[in-house]
Amino acid sequence: MKIAVCVNHVPDTEAKVRISSDGKTIDKAGINFILNPYDEIAVEQGLQLKEKFGGEVIVVSLGGDSNKETLRKALAMGADKAVLLKDDSIRDSFAVAAALADALKEINPDVILLGKQSIDYDNSQMVGLVGELLNLPSVSVVVKLEIQDNKIICEREIEGGHEKVESQLPIVLSVQKGLCEPRYPSLKGIMAAKSKPIEEKQIPAVNSKVETISLRMPQSKAAGKIVGTDSTAVKELVRLLHEEAKVI
Amino acid sequence: MKILAIAEQREGKFKKTAFEITKAAKEIADKLNCEMVSLVIGSAVESIASELGGFGATRVIVVDDPQLNYYSTTAYTKIISEIAKKESANILLLPASQIGKDLAPRLAVKLDAGLVSDCTALKIEDGNIIATRPIFAGKIISDVKIVADVQIFTLRPNVFTAGSSNGAPATVEKVAVELTQADFAAKAVETKVAVGRPDVTEASIIVSGGRGMKGPENFKLIEDLADVLGAGVGTSRAAVDAGWRPHDEQVGQTGKTVAPNLYFACGISGAIQHLAGMSSSKCIVAINKDKDAPIFQIADYGIVGDVIEVLPVLTQEIKTLLGK
Ligand SMILES: Cc1cc2nc3c(=O)[nH]c(=O)nc-3n(C[C@H](O)[C@H](O)[C@H](O)COP(=O)(O)OP(=O)(O)OC[C@H]3O[C@@H](n4cnc5c(N)ncnc54)[C@H](O)[C@@H]3O)c2cc1C
Ligand SMILES: Nc1ncnc2c1ncn2[C@@H]1O[C@H](COP(=O)(O)O)[C@@H](O)[C@H]1O
Repeated sequence: MKIAVCVNHVPDTEAKVRISSDGKTIDKAGINFILNPYDEIAVEQGLQLKEKFGGEVIVVSLGGDSNKETLRKALAMGADKAVLLKDDSIRDSFAVAAALADALKEINPDVILLGKQSIDYDNSQMVGLVGELLNLPSVSVVVKLEIQDNKIICEREIEGGHEKVESQLPIVLSVQKGLCEPRYPSLKGIMAAKSKPIEEKQIPAVNSKVETISLRMPQSKAAGKIVGTDSTAVKELVRLLHEEAKVI
Repeated sequence: MKILAIAEQREGKFKKTAFEITKAAKEIADKLNCEMVSLVIGSAVESIASELGGFGATRVIVVDDPQLNYYSTTAYTKIISEIAKKESANILLLPASQIGKDLAPRLAVKLDAGLVSDCTALKIEDGNIIATRPIFAGKIISDVKIVADVQIFTLRPNVFTAGSSNGAPATVEKVAVELTQADFAAKAVETKVAVGRPDVTEASIIVSGGRGMKGPENFKLIEDLADVLGAGVGTSRAAVDAGWRPHDEQVGQTGKTVAPNLYFACGISGAIQHLAGMSSSKCIVAINKDKDAPIFQIADYGIVGDVIEVLPVLTQEIKTLLGK
């Protein structure tokens, strides 16, 4: 089974994100970047499929040279090969998807795994964009999956429960927390990753369809009211919620 | 210019987002002085379609087909893109629900459209729609615009208010879209939905408990309060990682994003990744024994105290208030 995993290189969740002087982009200075947490789950799922069915796991990332750190991490977890689609410019989701789809077409995988969302721009678009561009079925927010012959049965998260979805390979999937627990790279894996190939590809420019006008910091909220220090404060709290905030 | 508003239903009942989307579409249509049409897809859904009239819809298209008893990404993509083309709609609004998020990117490719997901506000400037959306888990707010002929926006549930129905009627048109086996390349075959408490993404009140609840048994106190209020139950990652609560209750950056009217954070410290999922809640109440817990910086009301002691009293007090 040939498995491709799309991995994104994103600021650490703890990072203090600042706006650049252009007012439209993020200042990357001093920010620690990591393998997108959902993509870590996707890599793990890819490795588990390989362990079960044989084959290979190819990780693909679009971005600058620093994305190699994220690709190395995936290789250290056990992926076989990596492809870096080199582009330092700003692309919207569609422009990223177009380049990913081109590269994926060439790889021609049976299963394409992505994360549910990138924790930088929180778009949650890539699985559908890539699926439609490749004219393949897609299932998003997958929390359980089973493959038999050419058939795949997934459970995806919906409001208040799960939905069981049937489809055929090849398929594009986005994974959600709960599907599997990502492994830590072993020392051996980290050493091995150093000699695994990262193929670099130049990619054509694609016009973005979404333009950022401006970025701003959220309005900070005034500190709230401390109503009390034990259950004697409850009466007053309930009164405030009922009469002042009018939420109950 | 014409707006197509997708009204989501499940099992023949509209989701709250259906009314939110209808109302938002109506407001934009009024501002842009353009037409709007609503679309309902499903099996045996014709009878509910006119409900949208009460929220501003005048014309509702219904695609009603027994094959659509469950959701199918591929079939829904075909239906919506065909209707959009037939109607020459160039602005599509969908909820940023699991279905809306699943469909919107596929539609964007089919219709050669630009897509902005999970918007928290839409405004009109010089005849353009400017969408506001939080990025970096709410640490930054961005204003964006689409530079393509067809524009698709998904709207964050609970943020755009629908208000209540004014009872106005709408004309309902049944439209058939031919569907073959190939259109169901991915199809749901079963849904497992827990009955009882609402999901956190849909609840207008959420009661969340964290590591400060000390153990899974004490979540009974959270559930009791939630049940009195008809609220959803949420939790922090710490409680999920400890195995006290299921993943699908987790609120935060790697959990669910919620925007209820009222959010109770009980024994939750307020780590940045938790705030990422709930900071757009309209009213936040924190109960925490540490007065320096960061949750108090975004809470509207707080009690610096022991949740185990405070929660039962709170539940009782609210019961009394609500006459239960
Ligand atoms: C990549 C990544 C993603 C993450 N995603 C998420 C996410 O989606 N959601 C999320 O929630 N977290 C997430 N986290 C984890 C987050 O950083 C915190 O660790 C987590 O939110 C802490 O949960 P907590 O507030 O329940 O626990 P703690 O931080 O341990 O806080 C417990 C609180 O309870 C209080 N307390 C203790 N006893 C009592 C008592 N008897 N009465 C009242 N108060 C009491 C304490 O004062 C403390 O403030 C993520 C972390 C990472 C690295
Ligand atoms: N630049 C990128 N390179 C590779 N994969 C990406 C990139 N951006 C997004 N993805 C994939 O798409 C998923 C969803 O991202 P998004 O739609 O941006 O929220 C991520 O979890 C990744 O799997």
